Amino acid sequence: MRLATAASEAYTTPLAVSELLGCKQCAAGRDQDEELGIRIPRPLGQGPSRFIPEKEILQVGSEDAQMHALFADSFAALGRLDNITLVMVFHPQYLESFLKTQHYLLQMDGPLPLHYRHYIGIMAAARHQCSYLVNLHVNDFLHVGGDPKWLNGLENAPQKLQNLGELNKVLAHRPWLITKEHIEGLLKAEEHSWSLAELVHAVVLLTHYHSLASFTFGCGISPEIHCDGGHTFRPPSVSNYCICDITNGNHSVDEMQVNSAENVSVSDSFFEVEALMEKMRQLQECRDEEEASQEEMASRFEIEKRESMFVFSSDDEEVTPARDVSRHFEDTSYGYKDFSRHGMHVPTFRVQDYCWEDHGYSLVNRLYPDVGQLIDEKFHIAYNLTYNTMAMHKDVDTSMLRRAIWNYIHCMFGIRYDDYDYGEINQLLDRSFKVYIKTVVCTPEKVTKRMYDSFWRQFKHSEKVHVNLLLIEARMQAELLYALRAITRYMT
Amino acid sequence: MEKMSRVTTALGGSVLTGRTMHCHLDAPANAISVCRDAAQVVVAGRSIFKIYAIEEEQFVEKLNLRVGRKPSLNLSCADVVWHQMDENLLATAATNGVVVTWNLGRPSRNKQDQLFTEHKRTVNKVCFHPTEAHVLLSGSQDGFMKCFDLRRKDSVSTFSGQSESVRDVQFSIRDYFTFASTFENGNVQLWDIRRPDRCERMFTAHNGPVFCCDWHPEDRGWLATGGRDKMVKVWDMTTHRAKEMHCVQTIASVARVKWRPECRHHLATCSMMVDHNIYVWDVRRPFVPAAMFEEHRDVTTGIAWRHPHDPSFLLSGSKDSSLCQHLFRDASQPVERANPEGLCYGLFGDLAFAAKESLVAAESGRKPYTGDRRHPIFFKRKLDPAEPFAGLASSALSVFETEPGGSAMRWFVDTAERYALAGRPLAELCDHNAKVARELGRNQVAQTWTMLRTIYCSPGLLPTANLSHSVGKGGSCGLQLMNSFNLKDMAPGLGSETRLDRSKGDARSDTVLLDSSATLITNEDNEETEGSDVPADYLLGDVEGEDDELYLLDPEHTHPEEPECVLPQEAFPLRHEIVDTPPGPEHLQDKADSPHVSGSEADVASLAPMDSSFSLLSVSHALYDSRLPPDFFSVLVRDMLHFYAEQGDVQMAVSVLIVLGERVRKDIDEQTQEHWYTSYIDLLQRFRLWNVSNEVVKLSTSRAVSCLNQASTTLHVNCSHCKRPMSSRGWVCDRCHRCASMCAVCHHVVKGLFVWCQGCSHGGHLQHIMKWLEGSSHCPAGCGHLCEYS
Repeated sequence: MRLATAASEAYTTPLAVSELLGCKQCAAGRDQDEELGIRIPRPLGQGPSRFIPEKEILQVGSEDAQMHALFADSFAALGRLDNITLVMVFHPQYLESFLKTQHYLLQMDGPLPLHYRHYIGIMAAARHQCSYLVNLHVNDFLHVGGDPKWLNGLENAPQKLQNLGELNKVLAHRPWLITKEHIEGLLKAEEHSWSLAELVHAVVLLTHYHSLASFTFGCGISPEIHCDGGHTFRPPSVSNYCICDITNGNHSVDEMQVNSAENVSVSDSFFEVEALMEKMRQLQECRDEEEASQEEMASRFEIEKRESMFVFSSDDEEVTPARDVSRHFEDTSYGYKDFSRHGMHVPTFRVQDYCWEDHGYSLVNRLYPDVGQLIDEKFHIAYNLTYNTMAMHKDVDTSMLRRAIWNYIHCMFGIRYDDYDYGEINQLLDRSFKVYIKTVVCTPEKVTKRMYDSFWRQFKHSEKVHVNLLLIEARMQAELLYALRAITRYMT
Repeated sequence: MEKMSRVTTALGGSVLTGRTMHCHLDAPANAISVCRDAAQVVVAGRSIFKIYAIEEEQFVEKLNLRVGRKPSLNLSCADVVWHQMDENLLATAATNGVVVTWNLGRPSRNKQDQLFTEHKRTVNKVCFHPTEAHVLLSGSQDGFMKCFDLRRKDSVSTFSGQSESVRDVQFSIRDYFTFASTFENGNVQLWDIRRPDRCERMFTAHNGPVFCCDWHPEDRGWLATGGRDKMVKVWDMTTHRAKEMHCVQTIASVARVKWRPECRHHLATCSMMVDHNIYVWDVRRPFVPAAMFEEHRDVTTGIAWRHPHDPSFLLSGSKDSSLCQHLFRDASQPVERANPEGLCYGLFGDLAFAAKESLVAAESGRKPYTGDRRHPIFFKRKLDPAEPFAGLASSALSVFETEPGGSAMRWFVDTAERYALAGRPLAELCDHNAKVARELGRNQVAQTWTMLRTIYCSPGLLPTANLSHSVGKGGSCGLQLMNSFNLKDMAPGLGSETRLDRSKGDARSDTVLLDSSATLITNEDNEETEGSDVPADYLLGDVEGEDDELYLLDPEHTHPEEPECVLPQEAFPLRHEIVDTPPGPEHLQDKADSPHVSGSEADVASLAPMDSSFSLLSVSHALYDSRLPPDFFSVLVRDMLHFYAEQGDVQMAVSVLIVLGERVRKDIDEQTQEHWYTSYIDLLQRFRLWNVSNEVVKLSTSRAVSCLNQASTTLHVNCSHCKRPMSSRGWVCDRCHRCASMCAVCHHVVKGLFVWCQGCSHGGHLQHIMKWLEGSSHCPAGCGHLCEYS
């Protein structure tokens, strides 16, 4: 049945996608329908992402066999080809694993009923006011037979889901505060209690959607055409340019400014890349010679941790209006607080004592079979993905840079690798990049196009998307580690 | 620990003594290692590095190697190893990638000897050469293994695994130059220490990381590996390709594995997560651990046998900050707790049981049932004199077969297949099922159905065809009751033929009756629609008396007969057969009949209303409508269902439950219903009646049962060209890029329901094939096969 609907939609949706993508042709292509007197919504966005120019993104129809297979899979599973998929397809290898995992989490065998899964997704995305994901999953939630009343707010959902609200909140913003008492509270709530398997499923869903919200904001994913903000019924413009240009007028001006800014600083940013590569080379070579003392190594982590707290964007403009989303909040005041600024003394989380490969995996796979394997693969692909390129350079070993990004994110969450020299982070990641990382990971709703444009100016968009993949996977792993450690402690 | 058993072993002059004991450490341990004299143990962890002396009664702290003001990361140990040749030499692997050696012979407080900082990532494992004094090997997260000569400042050679992190390295005990390394990606590599350029051999041992390995102390080629996939595997490395010899499935990922000294097939394991116990396995008996140590409260991180030639002392360190000495004698042995007897009923009444041989021997010595119809078959396991579990392992299996041709469970299958459970009016369902039961010679069941119909169906609604039938039945019942004195005499003497005759006679008399009853009914209907209750009133006095009498009769009938009711009549008649003298099929019927006639509880109970309704047909209708709502009988029906279920005829209980639906469901508690459903479904599935079982699952209202059909609903399809599984979509193969399932009629891809002929394996869209086969009997693909569609 499901297959049949997917197949039938497969014929209609490419149309929608091409509409989305090809808004320049829309004036021409519409005439026929207009004659029939049907009101046709017009897409507002310019392609799947607000940050990435449409022409950079793969056009549906011009994909290669592998990507095509992925698109087909995405259809078969969801009955749509969403903007996230269209942006992620820059990295087909990752996308495949991502879709497989998401499909398994939402639709395959698992301890939670289907509507619960989507509702948990909504809860998680709402924590970051990500209306894009909320809208998508509201549709799915209703589609699988969820009670529309629940959507009026968490207090209308069953007590069991309400209990999850606290964990959702802590996990999204300050995962290091999760204790085994949180877990105990959920598991021992008499008739509203969660089973361990259900809880692990819920935790995986929560972390998945928290980090996906990061991706949505980090790459500026545009709303889908059928969702609020994705279309308009305003009549086509009288002048000869497309409606989209009017409604998003300021947007395109922005882009022009940025473009001109880029032109000015081309030579500047060219040197940026060169400098970065030079630093990597240096670090590679002199690592063996110059040996930092133990104390210094230890303090470097602390420094990096402390510094990460000063890294913050100055511009607080453009906060996404959270009309329909806000109802899922109980406590909007609860947001990210810096790990290091936090008054209470929270001991550093040491990866050598609790890591995903040894401990987290075993726990997840025990309680929610097969998912551990899927997530493990996803982490691996995200961490090891490389094309050995940097901007215009080829054959570069980027492992050091990737590791620095990964560890920097974990550092923001207070997770420390004993065998890492945190001095490297300072050398490799410049301030604007750190601002971007920090915003995407901790307060994704505040990401702006300016932030996206101002880091790594010479790098390709696909590389920036690659960075985003690293960010969301590192974030997901960090949240999972804290949650799973608490569960482990509860179990022992 | 209170058990004070002591073990003393003489080993080459030195004597090991001790008891099960533990001591508290200040911090969680990551690894432990024993000195070669078996008198000291070193414990290392993130914030602990101490040497303890193992005394008879307790552990005594000898030395704290963690000195200096500021704890350095070099002291945060992931692993520790004590040299087996030199008791002053230790090496640790630090989480920051440093390998440190320690010389206990140094006069200063700081015993640190050398520092190797060549690894870029955490060092997971260090290992001394078993015989060479200066050779140390390390394996790290960065994927490299390094060999150090302690007389030099840096490594002698570096081995690149060309893959992910190294989790364990172990020198072979027998082969001087060989060492094994295990990797996070599941591979095991074998290296020659003289050839750092490439490994000698590589194979994939586990799915996921291989956390540990251990060479067998005596058997040259045996290597045990343990992985995240919860398995311990024993490999024979002497052959050309590494051969898996044994595999032990544990319940959690395996963190450490150590062969037990002096016991060729034993090894000890502890796990990385969740499970805190230490197990000792006999690899030949991979299902139950030979011994189990349950002292720790958190995961065990390090295990070591105290002496390389003493199998009874095991030391362990744990995350719960304790160090333990376990005595094999004090171990709990799960085998002892296992139930050594097994009993199982076969589907067709065969009975098998396995028990300790000694027990069986004693039993068969008596031979009390020799003259019986049982056919015991004995299987005996051949005993291996080397088998350490000989006493426990030898068991005898006996199988008792039922008489062939008894067609024991035929009725069950037939009934299951032919019963109608839904989709028609209740009356029709009851009648149909009654008919089915009667045709199978199960008259009591048939009677029950008929009675249910009478109770729950307003007869006015019956189609006439059915009516005649039920009236006939009713007539005979009425007759029986009226002649209740004759009843008992009649029953045993009646063969099936005489009964047939009688029913024929009844049918004849029914036809006579039929006309009048039909008219009566129509009359009554009219009257009722008019809203007059005259007939009811008019009948009142007349019937009431009779009714009362009937119910008075009831308990009397029931009580004396009760012992008879307990006898199983319908379900599992095979059990009967085993106990009793051989009954032929007719005999069986008789048996089934006799209690029916003499009136089992259920029968009599429901006979009463039946009777009143049919002995005076028109009267009873009014009575039934106005006085006795179906609820009145619900207690009886409930008892009846319980009765059938008790008898083992869960089929009847479930069928009635489904057919009556809401009418009785509320009277029977959820759990009982669920229990019946699951038993019935289980039986159906054992008889491979998949369709029936699915229908039952679908029709059930119990939530636990109906979700049986919602789990694992995936259907896997293989490509018809390349025979590979089609993972992503059901209709196109990823590998050969062909559409696998084309419709033979329209030549398009089939994406939904696909039907194919089992003879020629051509097929297509369900609709198309159905249409095609209406017009032609040949296969639409033109293969000439005569396809059938049913």
